[in-house]
Amino acid sequence: MASQSSVPSIAATSVATAASAGAVVIETPAPPGSLQRTALRPVVILPLVGRSARHFVAIAVTILFGFPLVWMLSTSLKTGPEVFILPPRWIPWSFQVENYGYVWASPLFQRYLLNSVITVSATVLLQAVTVPTAAYAFAILRFPGRDVLFVLFLGAMMIPVQATIFPSFLLLSALRWVDTYLALTIPFGASAFGVFLLRQAFLSVPQDLVDAAKMDGARHLQILLQVLVPIARPMLLTFLLLSATWRWNDYFWPLVMTATPEMRTLPVGVAFLHSSEGPSRWHIVTAASVITIAPTLLLFAALQRQFVDGLTRTGIKG
Amino acid sequence: MILLTVFAYGPLVANALLSLTSWNLLSRSRAFVALANYERLLADPRFPLVLKNTAIYAAGVVSVSLVLGLALALLLERRLAGHGFYRTVVFAPYVTSLAAVALVWIWIFDPRFGVINSVLRSLLIPAPGWLTNPSWALLAVCIVAVWHTAGYMMVIFLAGLQNVPPVLHEAARIDGASATRAFWHITLPLLSPVAFFLTVTGLIVSVQLFDVVSVMTHGGPVDSTNVLAFYLYHRGFELFELGYASAIGMVLFVVVMLLTVMQVAAARYWVHYG
Repeated sequence: MASQSSVPSIAATSVATAASAGAVVIETPAPPGSLQRTALRPVVILPLVGRSARHFVAIAVTILFGFPLVWMLSTSLKTGPEVFILPPRWIPWSFQVENYGYVWASPLFQRYLLNSVITVSATVLLQAVTVPTAAYAFAILRFPGRDVLFVLFLGAMMIPVQATIFPSFLLLSALRWVDTYLALTIPFGASAFGVFLLRQAFLSVPQDLVDAAKMDGARHLQILLQVLVPIARPMLLTFLLLSATWRWNDYFWPLVMTATPEMRTLPVGVAFLHSSEGPSRWHIVTAASVITIAPTLLLFAALQRQFVDGLTRTGIKG
Repeated sequence: MILLTVFAYGPLVANALLSLTSWNLLSRSRAFVALANYERLLADPRFPLVLKNTAIYAAGVVSVSLVLGLALALLLERRLAGHGFYRTVVFAPYVTSLAAVALVWIWIFDPRFGVINSVLRSLLIPAPGWLTNPSWALLAVCIVAVWHTAGYMMVIFLAGLQNVPPVLHEAARIDGASATRAFWHITLPLLSPVAFFLTVTGLIVSVQLFDVVSVMTHGGPVDSTNVLAFYLYHRGFELFELGYASAIGMVLFVVVMLLTVMQVAAARYWVHYG
Protein backbone atom coordinates (compact mmCIF):
# COMPACT_ATOMS: atom_id res chain seq x y z
CA MET A 1 0.00 0.00 0.00
CA ALA A 2 1.32 3.39 -0.89
CA SER A 3 -0.22 5.42 1.84
CA GLN A 4 1.94 5.62 4.90
CA SER A 5 -0.27 7.42 7.29
CA SER A 6 -2.79 5.55 9.37
CA VAL A 7 -4.24 8.58 11.02
CA PRO A 8 -7.93 8.91 10.17
CA SER A 9 -7.86 12.55 9.15
CA ILE A 10 -5.88 12.14 5.96
CA ALA A 11 -5.10 15.01 3.67
CA ALA A 12 -5.93 14.92 0.01
CA THR A 13 -2.34 14.46 -1.07
CA SER A 14 -1.86 11.03 0.37
CA VAL A 15 -5.15 10.08 -1.16
CA ALA A 16 -3.82 11.11 -4.53
CA THR A 17 -0.63 9.12 -4.09
CA ALA A 18 -2.55 6.10 -3.12
CA ALA A 19 -4.80 6.55 -6.13
CA SER A 20 -2.00 6.64 -8.63
CA ALA A 21 -0.65 3.43 -7.20
CA GLY A 22 -4.08 1.96 -7.73
CA ALA A 23 -4.53 1.16 -4.07
CA VAL A 24 -7.72 1.29 -2.11
CA VAL A 25 -8.62 4.90 -1.62
CA ILE A 26 -11.07 6.31 0.79
CA GLU A 27 -11.80 9.91 1.55
CA THR A 28 -12.48 9.80 5.20
CA PRO A 29 -15.40 11.71 6.61
CA ALA A 30 -14.46 15.26 7.47
CA PRO A 31 -13.68 15.87 11.11
CA PRO A 32 -16.66 16.94 13.14
CA GLY A 33 -17.48 20.58 12.78
CA SER A 34 -16.31 20.93 9.22
CA LEU A 35 -18.48 20.81 6.17
CA GLN A 36 -20.16 17.45 5.94
CA ARG A 37 -19.73 16.32 2.39
CA THR A 38 -21.82 13.28 2.94
CA ALA A 39 -23.57 13.63 -0.37
CA LEU A 40 -20.35 13.15 -2.26
CA ARG A 41 -18.92 10.12 -0.59
CA PRO A 42 -16.73 8.53 -3.17
CA VAL A 43 -16.52 4.96 -4.10
CA VAL A 44 -13.78 2.43 -3.65
CA ILE A 45 -11.35 1.97 -6.48
CA LEU A 46 -10.26 -1.46 -7.39
CA PRO A 47 -6.54 -1.89 -7.64
CA LEU A 48 -6.88 -3.94 -10.74
CA VAL A 49 -5.47 -1.54 -13.26
CA GLY A 50 -3.40 1.57 -13.24
CA ARG A 51 -4.83 4.93 -14.16
CA SER A 52 -4.11 4.96 -17.83
CA ALA A 53 -5.21 1.38 -18.28
CA ARG A 54 -8.49 2.41 -16.73
CA HIS A 55 -8.93 5.12 -19.28
CA PHE A 56 -8.17 2.72 -22.02
CA VAL A 57 -10.74 0.25 -20.81
CA ALA A 58 -13.27 3.00 -20.26
CA ILE A 59 -12.84 4.23 -23.80
CA ALA A 60 -13.06 0.71 -25.18
CA VAL A 61 -16.26 0.14 -23.26
CA THR A 62 -17.71 3.40 -24.47
CA ILE A 63 -17.00 2.45 -28.05
CA LEU A 64 -18.64 -0.93 -27.54
CA PHE A 65 -21.75 0.59 -26.08
CA GLY A 66 -21.90 3.59 -28.31
CA PHE A 67 -21.18 2.15 -31.70
CA PRO A 68 -24.67 0.87 -32.50
CA LEU A 69 -26.22 4.28 -32.07
CA VAL A 70 -23.43 5.98 -33.95
CA TRP A 71 -23.69 3.40 -36.68
CA MET A 72 -27.41 3.97 -36.81
CA LEU A 73 -26.86 7.64 -37.36
CA SER A 74 -24.17 7.04 -39.91
CA THR A 75 -26.24 4.61 -41.94
CA SER A 76 -29.17 6.96 -41.91
CA LEU A 77 -27.11 9.57 -43.71
CA LYS A 78 -25.92 7.39 -46.53
CA THR A 79 -27.36 6.79 -49.94
CA GLY A 80 -28.95 3.45 -50.71
CA PRO A 81 -26.03 1.85 -52.50
CA GLU A 82 -23.50 3.41 -50.18
CA VAL A 83 -24.94 1.41 -47.33
CA PHE A 84 -23.65 -1.77 -48.93
CA ILE A 85 -20.08 -0.75 -49.55
CA LEU A 86 -17.54 -3.14 -48.16
CA PRO A 87 -15.70 -2.59 -45.91
CA PRO A 88 -18.34 -0.52 -44.18
CA ARG A 89 -17.62 3.15 -43.91
CA TRP A 90 -18.33 5.08 -40.80
CA ILE A 91 -18.51 8.52 -42.27
CA PRO A 92 -21.00 8.89 -45.06
CA TRP A 93 -19.69 10.24 -48.30
CA SER A 94 -22.41 12.78 -48.59
CA PHE A 95 -24.70 13.64 -45.75
CA GLN A 96 -27.99 12.47 -47.12
CA VAL A 97 -30.29 14.47 -44.96
CA GLU A 98 -32.84 13.77 -47.67
CA ASN A 99 -33.40 10.37 -46.08
CA TYR A 100 -34.92 12.10 -43.13
CA GLY A 101 -36.96 14.25 -45.44
CA TYR A 102 -38.25 11.16 -47.15
CA VAL A 103 -39.24 9.53 -43.89
CA TRP A 104 -40.71 12.71 -42.53
CA ALA A 105 -42.79 13.31 -45.61
CA SER A 106 -44.36 9.89 -45.53
CA PRO A 107 -47.95 10.38 -44.38
CA LEU A 108 -47.99 7.02 -42.66
CA PHE A 109 -44.90 7.90 -40.68
CA GLN A 110 -46.38 11.21 -39.71
CA ARG A 111 -49.35 9.29 -38.46
CA TYR A 112 -47.15 7.01 -36.38
CA LEU A 113 -45.43 9.98 -34.85
CA LEU A 114 -48.73 11.69 -34.14
CA ASN A 115 -50.10 8.56 -32.54
CA SER A 116 -47.12 8.19 -30.28
CA VAL A 117 -47.23 11.80 -29.24
CA ILE A 118 -50.94 11.76 -28.57
CA THR A 119 -51.04 8.51 -26.67
CA VAL A 120 -48.00 9.25 -24.54
CA SER A 121 -49.14 12.78 -23.70
CA ALA A 122 -52.64 11.64 -22.87
CA THR A 123 -51.40 8.81 -20.71
CA VAL A 124 -48.97 10.97 -18.83
CA LEU A 125 -51.61 13.63 -18.25
CA LEU A 126 -53.98 10.99 -16.96
CA GLN A 127 -51.36 9.65 -14.67
CA ALA A 128 -50.58 13.12 -13.40
CA VAL A 129 -54.13 13.22 -12.14
CA THR A 130 -54.70 9.68 -10.92
CA VAL A 131 -51.37 8.97 -9.33
CA PRO A 132 -51.30 11.83 -6.83
CA THR A 133 -54.93 11.30 -5.87
CA ALA A 134 -54.44 7.60 -5.37
CA ALA A 135 -51.23 8.16 -3.46
CA TYR A 136 -53.07 10.63 -1.31
CA ALA A 137 -55.73 8.06 -0.61
CA PHE A 138 -53.23 5.44 0.35
CA ALA A 139 -50.97 7.70 2.33
CA ILE A 140 -53.16 10.18 4.12
CA LEU A 141 -56.71 9.03 4.18
CA ARG A 142 -57.84 6.44 6.58
CA PHE A 143 -60.45 3.88 5.76
CA PRO A 144 -61.01 0.23 6.54
CA GLY A 145 -59.04 -2.15 4.42
CA ARG A 146 -56.75 0.53 3.13
CA ASP A 147 -53.53 -1.34 3.63
CA VAL A 148 -54.87 -4.63 2.37
CA LEU A 149 -56.08 -2.89 -0.73
CA PHE A 150 -52.70 -1.33 -1.20
CA VAL A 151 -50.92 -4.64 -1.05
CA LEU A 152 -53.38 -6.14 -3.49
CA PHE A 153 -52.89 -3.23 -5.72
CA LEU A 154 -49.13 -3.53 -5.58
CA GLY A 155 -49.52 -7.14 -6.49
CA ALA A 156 -51.14 -6.09 -9.72
CA MET A 157 -47.88 -4.41 -10.55
CA MET A 158 -46.10 -7.73 -10.55
CA ILE A 159 -48.24 -9.42 -13.12
CA PRO A 160 -46.53 -9.70 -16.50
CA VAL A 161 -48.44 -8.09 -19.28
CA GLN A 162 -48.46 -11.26 -21.36
CA ALA A 163 -50.42 -13.08 -18.70
CA THR A 164 -53.33 -10.71 -19.02
CA ILE A 165 -53.09 -9.66 -22.62
CA PHE A 166 -55.78 -11.99 -23.89
CA PRO A 167 -58.52 -11.10 -21.46
CA SER A 168 -57.52 -7.50 -21.85
CA PHE A 169 -57.80 -7.76 -25.58
CA LEU A 170 -61.16 -9.44 -25.38
CA LEU A 171 -62.42 -6.85 -22.94
CA LEU A 172 -61.22 -3.94 -24.99
CA SER A 173 -62.58 -5.55 -28.11
CA ALA A 174 -65.98 -5.80 -26.53
CA LEU A 175 -65.75 -2.14 -25.60
CA ARG A 176 -64.78 -1.34 -29.15
CA TRP A 177 -61.72 0.40 -27.92
CA VAL A 178 -59.27 -1.69 -29.89
CA ASP A 179 -57.61 0.18 -32.69
CA THR A 180 -58.44 3.52 -31.12
CA TYR A 181 -56.49 5.81 -28.87
CA LEU A 182 -58.58 4.60 -25.97
CA ALA A 183 -57.01 1.17 -25.84
CA LEU A 184 -53.60 2.72 -26.00
CA THR A 185 -54.07 5.23 -23.22
CA ILE A 186 -56.76 4.38 -20.71
CA PRO A 187 -55.31 1.09 -19.47
CA PHE A 188 -52.18 2.97 -18.58
CA GLY A 189 -54.01 5.86 -17.01
CA ALA A 190 -53.18 4.58 -13.59
CA SER A 191 -49.80 3.36 -12.57
CA ALA A 192 -49.23 1.20 -9.56
CA PHE A 193 -45.58 2.01 -9.66
CA GLY A 194 -46.31 5.72 -9.67
CA VAL A 195 -48.69 5.45 -6.78
CA PHE A 196 -46.12 3.46 -4.87
CA LEU A 197 -43.43 6.08 -5.44
CA LEU A 198 -45.62 9.02 -4.67
CA ARG A 199 -47.08 7.45 -1.60
CA GLN A 200 -43.55 7.09 -0.27
CA ALA A 201 -43.00 10.76 -0.94
CA PHE A 202 -46.23 11.78 0.75
CA LEU A 203 -45.48 9.65 3.75
CA SER A 204 -42.21 11.43 4.22
CA VAL A 205 -43.90 14.78 4.54
CA PRO A 206 -43.97 15.84 8.18
CA GLN A 207 -47.33 15.15 9.70
CA ASP A 208 -47.39 18.63 11.23
CA LEU A 209 -47.77 20.25 7.86
CA VAL A 210 -50.75 18.14 7.01
CA ASP A 211 -52.28 18.66 10.43
CA ALA A 212 -51.77 22.40 10.23
CA ALA A 213 -53.52 22.48 6.90
CA LYS A 214 -56.39 20.45 8.26
CA MET A 215 -56.72 22.75 11.20
CA ASP A 216 -56.91 25.68 8.86
CA GLY A 217 -59.94 23.98 7.46
CA ALA A 218 -58.43 22.84 4.21
CA ARG A 219 -60.34 20.27 2.25
CA HIS A 220 -58.64 17.19 0.89
CA LEU A 221 -58.10 18.55 -2.53
CA GLN A 222 -56.49 21.65 -1.13
CA ILE A 223 -54.19 19.70 1.10
CA LEU A 224 -53.19 17.61 -1.80
CA LEU A 225 -52.57 20.38 -4.24
CA GLN A 226 -51.17 23.03 -2.01
CA VAL A 227 -49.17 21.08 0.49
CA LEU A 228 -48.27 17.62 -0.65
CA VAL A 229 -47.78 17.95 -4.35
CA PRO A 230 -45.41 20.90 -4.18
CA ILE A 231 -43.23 19.03 -1.74
CA ALA A 232 -43.32 15.83 -3.70
CA ARG A 233 -43.04 17.49 -7.06
CA PRO A 234 -39.53 16.19 -7.92
CA MET A 235 -40.66 12.66 -7.32
CA LEU A 236 -43.79 13.14 -9.36
CA LEU A 237 -41.91 14.69 -12.24
CA THR A 238 -39.31 11.98 -12.18
CA PHE A 239 -41.98 9.35 -12.29
CA LEU A 240 -43.82 11.04 -15.14
CA LEU A 241 -40.57 11.27 -17.03
CA LEU A 242 -39.85 7.58 -16.65
CA SER A 243 -43.42 6.73 -17.45
CA ALA A 244 -43.35 8.80 -20.60
CA THR A 245 -40.22 7.00 -21.71
CA TRP A 246 -41.70 3.60 -21.09
CA ARG A 247 -44.93 4.45 -22.88
CA TRP A 248 -43.08 5.88 -25.84
CA ASN A 249 -40.92 2.79 -26.18
CA ASP A 250 -43.71 0.28 -25.67
CA TYR A 251 -43.98 -2.21 -28.47
CA PHE A 252 -46.00 -5.22 -27.34
CA TRP A 253 -49.17 -3.51 -26.24
CA PRO A 254 -49.57 -1.23 -29.26
CA LEU A 255 -48.74 -4.15 -31.51
CA VAL A 256 -51.57 -6.16 -30.07
CA MET A 257 -54.04 -3.34 -29.71
CA THR A 258 -53.81 -1.85 -33.18
CA ALA A 259 -55.17 -3.41 -36.30
CA THR A 260 -54.91 -0.74 -38.95
CA PRO A 261 -51.62 0.85 -39.93
CA GLU A 262 -53.00 4.30 -39.22
CA MET A 263 -53.26 3.66 -35.51
CA ARG A 264 -49.80 2.31 -34.91
CA THR A 265 -47.36 4.00 -32.63
CA LEU A 266 -43.80 4.72 -33.64
CA PRO A 267 -42.01 1.60 -32.44
CA VAL A 268 -44.59 -0.64 -34.06
CA GLY A 269 -44.75 1.47 -37.16
CA VAL A 270 -41.02 1.51 -37.64
CA ALA A 271 -40.86 -2.25 -37.31
CA PHE A 272 -43.46 -2.56 -40.04
CA LEU A 273 -41.61 -0.03 -42.08
CA HIS A 274 -38.74 -2.40 -42.19
CA SER A 275 -40.77 -5.04 -43.92
CA SER A 276 -42.72 -2.67 -46.11
CA GLU A 277 -39.80 -0.67 -47.37
CA GLY A 278 -37.98 -3.83 -48.17
CA PRO A 279 -35.24 -5.28 -46.00
CA SER A 280 -32.47 -3.56 -47.83
CA ARG A 281 -33.51 0.05 -47.54
CA TRP A 282 -31.42 0.50 -44.47
CA HIS A 283 -30.76 4.16 -44.98
CA ILE A 284 -34.45 4.83 -44.72
CA VAL A 285 -35.15 2.43 -41.89
CA THR A 286 -32.32 3.76 -39.76
CA ALA A 287 -33.47 7.32 -40.34
CA ALA A 288 -36.90 6.32 -39.07
CA SER A 289 -35.32 4.57 -36.09
CA VAL A 290 -33.26 7.62 -35.25
CA ILE A 291 -36.37 9.76 -35.23
CA THR A 292 -38.01 7.19 -32.97
CA ILE A 293 -35.30 7.13 -30.35
CA ALA A 294 -34.35 10.77 -30.54
CA PRO A 295 -37.03 12.13 -28.17
CA THR A 296 -36.22 9.77 -25.34
CA LEU A 297 -32.50 10.21 -25.82
CA LEU A 298 -32.80 13.96 -25.80
CA LEU A 299 -35.01 13.84 -22.77
CA PHE A 300 -32.48 11.67 -21.07
CA ALA A 301 -29.59 13.89 -22.02
CA ALA A 302 -31.35 16.90 -20.60
CA LEU A 303 -32.67 15.31 -17.44
CA GLN A 304 -30.14 12.65 -16.59
CA ARG A 305 -30.26 13.23 -12.91
CA GLN A 306 -34.00 12.66 -12.75
CA PHE A 307 -33.78 9.47 -14.76
CA VAL A 308 -31.06 8.02 -12.62
CA ASP A 309 -32.75 9.16 -9.44
CA GLY A 310 -36.05 7.60 -10.36
CA LEU A 311 -34.58 4.33 -11.48
CA THR A 312 -32.45 4.05 -8.41
CA ARG A 313 -35.47 4.32 -6.25
CA THR A 314 -36.84 1.18 -7.78
CA GLY A 315 -33.78 -0.64 -6.58
CA ILE A 316 -32.82 0.58 -3.22
CA LYS A 317 -35.32 -0.36 -0.60
CA GLY A 318 -34.55 0.42 2.98
CA MET B 1 -63.13 14.38 -1.46
CA ILE B 2 -64.55 10.91 -1.44
CA LEU B 3 -65.40 11.43 -5.05
CA LEU B 4 -61.81 12.18 -5.74
CA THR B 5 -60.61 9.00 -4.18
CA VAL B 6 -63.14 7.01 -6.08
CA PHE B 7 -62.03 8.65 -9.26
CA ALA B 8 -58.48 7.78 -8.51
CA TYR B 9 -59.44 4.26 -7.69
CA GLY B 10 -61.43 3.71 -10.80
CA PRO B 11 -58.60 3.17 -13.24
CA LEU B 12 -56.55 1.46 -10.58
CA VAL B 13 -59.27 -0.98 -9.76
CA ALA B 14 -59.87 -1.54 -13.43
CA ASN B 15 -56.25 -2.36 -13.86
CA ALA B 16 -56.22 -4.67 -10.92
CA LEU B 17 -59.41 -6.33 -12.06
CA LEU B 18 -58.04 -6.82 -15.50
CA SER B 19 -55.14 -8.65 -14.06
CA LEU B 20 -57.23 -10.61 -11.65
CA THR B 21 -59.58 -11.86 -14.32
CA SER B 22 -56.70 -13.54 -16.00
CA TRP B 23 -56.44 -15.97 -13.18
CA ASN B 24 -59.78 -17.53 -13.86
CA LEU B 25 -60.53 -16.95 -17.47
CA LEU B 26 -57.22 -17.72 -19.03
CA SER B 27 -57.47 -21.37 -19.70
CA ARG B 28 -60.75 -21.19 -21.50
CA SER B 29 -61.35 -21.22 -25.17
CA ARG B 30 -64.83 -20.95 -26.66
CA ALA B 31 -65.83 -24.28 -25.28
CA PHE B 32 -64.63 -24.86 -21.81
CA VAL B 33 -62.03 -27.51 -22.34
CA ALA B 34 -60.70 -27.53 -18.83
CA LEU B 35 -57.15 -28.61 -18.74
CA ALA B 36 -56.97 -29.86 -22.30
CA ASN B 37 -54.90 -26.88 -23.30
CA TYR B 38 -52.34 -27.66 -20.68
CA GLU B 39 -52.15 -31.26 -21.76
CA ARG B 40 -51.55 -30.09 -25.24
CA LEU B 41 -48.90 -27.76 -24.00
CA LEU B 42 -47.04 -30.50 -22.25
CA ALA B 43 -47.17 -32.65 -25.34
CA ASP B 44 -46.14 -29.82 -27.63
CA PRO B 45 -42.71 -30.59 -29.05
CA ARG B 46 -41.91 -26.92 -29.44
CA PHE B 47 -42.68 -26.01 -25.88
CA PRO B 48 -39.60 -27.51 -24.19
CA LEU B 49 -37.48 -25.72 -26.75
CA VAL B 50 -39.25 -22.47 -26.03
CA LEU B 51 -38.69 -22.95 -22.33
CA LYS B 52 -35.08 -23.82 -22.88
CA ASN B 53 -34.49 -20.78 -25.04
CA THR B 54 -36.13 -18.54 -22.50
CA ALA B 55 -34.11 -20.02 -19.67
CA ILE B 56 -30.80 -19.78 -21.50
CA TYR B 57 -31.53 -16.28 -22.58
CA ALA B 58 -32.63 -15.12 -19.13
CA ALA B 59 -29.76 -16.73 -17.29
CA GLY B 60 -27.21 -15.57 -19.80
CA VAL B 61 -28.36 -12.01 -20.10
CA VAL B 62 -28.87 -11.45 -16.40
CA SER B 63 -25.55 -12.92 -15.36
CA VAL B 64 -23.54 -11.08 -17.97
CA SER B 65 -25.33 -7.77 -17.45
CA LEU B 66 -24.89 -8.08 -13.72
CA VAL B 67 -21.18 -8.69 -13.88
CA LEU B 68 -20.72 -6.10 -16.57
CA GLY B 69 -22.83 -3.59 -14.67
CA LEU B 70 -20.81 -4.08 -11.53
CA ALA B 71 -17.51 -3.93 -13.38
CA LEU B 72 -18.58 -0.73 -15.08
CA ALA B 73 -19.79 0.79 -11.84
CA LEU B 74 -16.40 0.11 -10.31
CA LEU B 75 -14.50 1.24 -13.35
CA LEU B 76 -16.34 4.43 -14.08
CA GLU B 77 -16.18 5.88 -10.64
CA ARG B 78 -15.96 9.48 -9.77
CA ARG B 79 -12.22 9.90 -9.75
CA LEU B 80 -11.89 8.92 -13.36
CA ALA B 81 -11.77 11.87 -15.72
CA GLY B 82 -14.77 11.88 -18.00
CA HIS B 83 -16.66 9.36 -15.93
CA GLY B 84 -19.88 11.24 -16.47
CA PHE B 85 -19.58 10.95 -20.21
CA TYR B 86 -18.72 7.27 -20.12
CA ARG B 87 -21.60 6.53 -17.82
CA THR B 88 -24.00 8.39 -20.04
CA VAL B 89 -22.97 6.45 -23.10
CA VAL B 90 -23.25 3.14 -21.31
CA PHE B 91 -26.67 3.96 -19.94
CA ALA B 92 -28.14 5.58 -23.05
CA PRO B 93 -29.23 2.32 -24.70
CA TYR B 94 -31.63 1.72 -21.83
CA VAL B 95 -33.85 4.66 -22.75
CA THR B 96 -34.09 3.74 -26.39
CA SER B 97 -36.93 1.81 -27.88
CA LEU B 98 -35.84 -1.80 -28.20
CA ALA B 99 -37.94 -2.30 -31.27
CA ALA B 100 -36.36 0.63 -33.08
CA VAL B 101 -32.78 -0.26 -32.26
CA ALA B 102 -33.33 -3.95 -32.87
CA LEU B 103 -33.81 -3.02 -36.51
CA VAL B 104 -30.39 -1.50 -36.65
CA TRP B 105 -28.95 -4.50 -34.91
CA ILE B 106 -30.30 -6.68 -37.69
CA TRP B 107 -28.17 -4.69 -40.03
CA ILE B 108 -25.19 -4.73 -37.69
CA PHE B 109 -25.42 -8.50 -37.54
CA ASP B 110 -25.80 -8.90 -41.26
CA PRO B 111 -23.48 -11.75 -42.25
CA ARG B 112 -22.14 -10.12 -45.36
CA PHE B 113 -22.38 -6.40 -44.91
CA GLY B 114 -22.69 -5.93 -41.19
CA VAL B 115 -20.16 -4.11 -39.08
CA ILE B 116 -19.50 -6.94 -36.71
CA ASN B 117 -18.59 -9.45 -39.35
CA SER B 118 -16.43 -6.95 -41.17
CA VAL B 119 -14.46 -6.35 -38.03
CA LEU B 120 -14.20 -10.05 -37.35
CA ARG B 121 -13.04 -10.75 -40.86
CA SER B 122 -10.40 -8.08 -40.69
CA LEU B 123 -9.14 -9.77 -37.56
CA LEU B 124 -9.19 -13.06 -39.43
CA ILE B 125 -11.75 -14.54 -37.06
CA PRO B 126 -14.43 -16.69 -38.68
CA ALA B 127 -17.56 -14.62 -39.05
CA PRO B 128 -20.73 -16.49 -38.01
CA GLY B 129 -24.07 -16.19 -39.70
CA TRP B 130 -25.67 -14.61 -36.64
CA LEU B 131 -29.38 -14.24 -37.28
CA THR B 132 -29.36 -16.73 -40.13
CA ASN B 133 -27.73 -19.42 -38.10
CA PRO B 134 -29.78 -21.31 -35.50
CA SER B 135 -26.77 -21.79 -33.29
CA TRP B 136 -25.94 -18.12 -33.17
CA ALA B 137 -29.25 -16.32 -33.35
CA LEU B 138 -29.97 -16.58 -29.64
CA LEU B 139 -26.55 -15.23 -28.87
CA ALA B 140 -27.23 -12.26 -31.08
CA VAL B 141 -30.45 -11.58 -29.22
CA CYS B 142 -28.60 -11.90 -25.92
CA ILE B 143 -25.99 -9.42 -27.04
CA VAL B 144 -28.63 -6.84 -27.84
CA ALA B 145 -30.25 -7.40 -24.47
CA VAL B 146 -27.01 -7.07 -22.54
CA TRP B 147 -26.20 -3.91 -24.45
CA HIS B 148 -29.56 -2.52 -23.49
CA THR B 149 -29.52 -3.53 -19.84
CA ALA B 150 -25.97 -3.32 -18.55
CA GLY B 151 -26.16 0.43 -18.19
CA TYR B 152 -29.19 0.16 -15.97
CA MET B 153 -27.47 -2.35 -13.74
CA MET B 154 -24.44 -0.11 -13.60
CA VAL B 155 -26.54 2.77 -12.38
CA ILE B 156 -28.15 0.73 -9.66
CA PHE B 157 -24.80 -0.62 -8.56
CA LEU B 158 -23.42 2.87 -8.45
CA ALA B 159 -26.16 3.84 -6.06
CA GLY B 160 -25.49 0.73 -4.02
CA LEU B 161 -21.80 1.47 -3.85
CA GLN B 162 -22.59 4.90 -2.48
CA ASN B 163 -24.18 3.22 0.48
CA VAL B 164 -21.07 1.34 1.49
CA PRO B 165 -19.78 3.21 4.52
CA PRO B 166 -16.18 4.32 4.01
CA VAL B 167 -15.59 3.68 7.68
CA LEU B 168 -15.57 -0.03 7.06
CA HIS B 169 -12.94 0.24 4.40
CA GLU B 170 -10.85 2.42 6.58
CA ALA B 171 -11.03 -0.04 9.41
CA ALA B 172 -9.98 -2.78 7.05
CA ARG B 173 -7.08 -0.76 5.80
CA ILE B 174 -5.92 -0.02 9.27
CA ASP B 175 -6.06 -3.69 9.97
CA GLY B 176 -3.78 -4.18 7.03
CA ALA B 177 -6.16 -5.82 4.61
CA SER B 178 -5.24 -5.67 0.98
CA ALA B 179 -7.53 -3.89 -1.44
CA THR B 180 -8.74 -7.07 -3.08
CA ARG B 181 -9.59 -8.60 0.24
CA ALA B 182 -11.41 -5.43 1.20
CA PHE B 183 -13.45 -5.73 -1.94
CA TRP B 184 -14.36 -9.33 -1.49
CA HIS B 185 -15.14 -9.18 2.15
CA ILE B 186 -16.68 -5.76 2.57
CA THR B 187 -17.96 -4.29 -0.65
CA LEU B 188 -19.31 -7.42 -2.21
CA PRO B 189 -21.31 -8.63 0.78
CA LEU B 190 -22.80 -5.18 1.26
CA LEU B 191 -23.72 -5.09 -2.38
CA SER B 192 -25.37 -8.46 -2.32
CA PRO B 193 -28.89 -7.17 -1.60
CA VAL B 194 -28.59 -4.92 -4.61
CA ALA B 195 -27.17 -7.71 -6.70
CA PHE B 196 -29.93 -10.01 -5.61
CA PHE B 197 -32.60 -7.47 -6.39
CA LEU B 198 -31.12 -6.91 -9.84
CA THR B 199 -30.90 -10.62 -10.46
CA VAL B 200 -34.49 -11.34 -9.64
CA THR B 201 -35.96 -8.33 -11.38
CA GLY B 202 -33.64 -8.96 -14.29
CA LEU B 203 -34.94 -12.49 -14.58
CA ILE B 204 -38.52 -11.30 -14.31
CA VAL B 205 -37.98 -8.87 -17.14
CA SER B 206 -36.00 -11.33 -19.22
CA VAL B 207 -38.60 -14.05 -19.27
CA GLN B 208 -40.96 -11.50 -20.77
CA LEU B 209 -38.70 -10.79 -23.71
CA PHE B 210 -40.68 -10.00 -26.77
CA ASP B 211 -39.64 -6.88 -28.66
CA VAL B 212 -36.26 -7.98 -29.88
CA VAL B 213 -37.43 -11.42 -30.94
CA SER B 214 -40.45 -10.08 -32.72
CA VAL B 215 -38.47 -7.53 -34.66
CA MET B 216 -35.21 -9.32 -35.28
CA THR B 217 -35.92 -12.98 -35.71
CA HIS B 218 -39.62 -13.68 -35.38
CA GLY B 219 -38.71 -16.68 -33.33
CA GLY B 220 -36.46 -18.24 -35.89
CA PRO B 221 -34.46 -19.49 -37.47
CA VAL B 222 -36.02 -22.85 -36.76
CA ASP B 223 -37.43 -21.72 -33.41
CA SER B 224 -33.98 -21.09 -32.01
CA THR B 225 -34.99 -17.74 -30.61
CA ASN B 226 -38.56 -18.63 -29.78
CA VAL B 227 -39.10 -17.51 -26.23
CA LEU B 228 -42.13 -17.77 -23.96
CA ALA B 229 -43.60 -14.36 -24.57
CA PHE B 230 -43.15 -14.60 -28.28
CA TYR B 231 -44.56 -18.09 -28.51
CA LEU B 232 -47.56 -16.79 -26.61
CA TYR B 233 -48.02 -14.00 -29.10
CA HIS B 234 -47.50 -16.30 -32.05
CA ARG B 235 -50.05 -18.80 -30.87
CA GLY B 236 -52.52 -16.22 -29.76
CA PHE B 237 -52.39 -13.47 -32.30
CA GLU B 238 -50.96 -15.15 -35.32
CA LEU B 239 -52.52 -18.55 -35.10
CA PHE B 240 -55.48 -17.30 -33.08
CA GLU B 241 -55.44 -20.16 -30.66
CA LEU B 242 -56.39 -17.98 -27.75
CA GLY B 243 -57.03 -20.71 -25.26
CA TYR B 244 -53.76 -22.40 -25.92
CA ALA B 245 -51.87 -19.14 -25.81
CA SER B 246 -53.51 -18.31 -22.53
CA ALA B 247 -52.16 -21.51 -21.09
CA ILE B 248 -48.71 -20.32 -22.12
CA GLY B 249 -49.51 -17.06 -20.44
CA MET B 250 -50.27 -18.84 -17.21
CA VAL B 251 -46.93 -20.57 -17.35
CA LEU B 252 -45.26 -17.23 -17.75
CA PHE B 253 -47.27 -15.86 -14.90
CA VAL B 254 -46.31 -18.71 -12.61
CA VAL B 255 -42.65 -18.23 -13.43
CA VAL B 256 -42.82 -14.54 -12.66
CA MET B 257 -44.77 -15.15 -9.47
CA LEU B 258 -42.17 -17.61 -8.25
CA LEU B 259 -39.44 -15.11 -8.93
CA THR B 260 -41.40 -12.34 -7.24
CA VAL B 261 -42.02 -14.43 -4.16
CA MET B 262 -38.30 -15.17 -4.00
CA GLN B 263 -37.67 -11.45 -4.18
CA VAL B 264 -40.11 -10.56 -1.42
CA ALA B 265 -38.95 -13.33 0.86
CA ALA B 266 -35.36 -12.36 0.40
CA ALA B 267 -36.13 -8.69 0.93
CA ARG B 268 -37.36 -9.48 4.40
CA TYR B 269 -34.18 -11.34 5.05
CA TRP B 270 -31.97 -8.56 3.81
CA VAL B 271 -33.70 -5.91 5.84
CA HIS B 272 -32.55 -7.62 8.97
CA TYR B 273 -29.17 -8.15 7.48
CA GLY B 274 -28.51 -4.44 7.06
